[in-house]
Amino acid sequence: MKTEGFELVVPAKVDKLQDVMAFLEEHLGEAGPKVLMKLSIAVEEIFVNIASYAYEPETGKATMRLEFEENPRTVVITFIDEGVPFNPLARPDPDVTLSAEERGIGGLGIFMTKNSVDKMEYEYRDGKNILTLRKEL
Amino acid sequence: MLNIIKEHNGEELIIKLAGRLDTSSALKLDKEVKSSLEGVKSLVFDFSDVIYISSAGLRIMLYCHKVMKTQGAMVIRNTSEDVKEIFKVTGFADIFHIE
Repeated sequence: MKTEGFELVVPAKVDKLQDVMAFLEEHLGEAGPKVLMKLSIAVEEIFVNIASYAYEPETGKATMRLEFEENPRTVVITFIDEGVPFNPLARPDPDVTLSAEERGIGGLGIFMTKNSVDKMEYEYRDGKNILTLRKEL
Repeated sequence: MLNIIKEHNGEELIIKLAGRLDTSSALKLDKEVKSSLEGVKSLVFDFSDVIYISSAGLRIMLYCHKVMKTQGAMVIRNTSEDVKEIFKVTGFADIFHIE
């Protein structure tokens, strides 16, 4: 059962990243530094992805919702945008065993996000990309 | 916020970073680094005060690693456990020379 929720709506632009991170830190004060760092990585990668690709070349808005569940205490982070449909989970993971020469950098942000949270779900509904991240606190 | 201090000693360049190496600060570092690598044989990143790195930061590290492979060597020093774990998870711990 969700107990409390907070919402932030910002223009989907990379220069709004500071606002997004501040919003996360404001409400995740209870998380330890390690958990907060992982959540920060996940939130940065997803927001930057939306800001870079969702509305290109135009602009739009990005919604970030923070909700909490009990037993066990878990944060549920939802990102919503109305840009082009994009399922980040459909992308194959990068091969992290490749050498520097062979190594591209595509897909790394999504891969880092997956590694930073317990669960990641994607849904396209009513013209919206809805990405949900869950992590136990 | 990311502080960047560059120290040239002949063909060695030491770049000391302090703060968060995220998408915002990566742009600044990208400019600083790309204008400084010419003639450098030894590039040292001092990560003692880096508290955070995202994929944007890793991208710059990979760029530097590739450039330095053709003209010398690159080493990353004094990495915190948390940052080290990110290098490990992303496979970069096996690519970069981390001291």
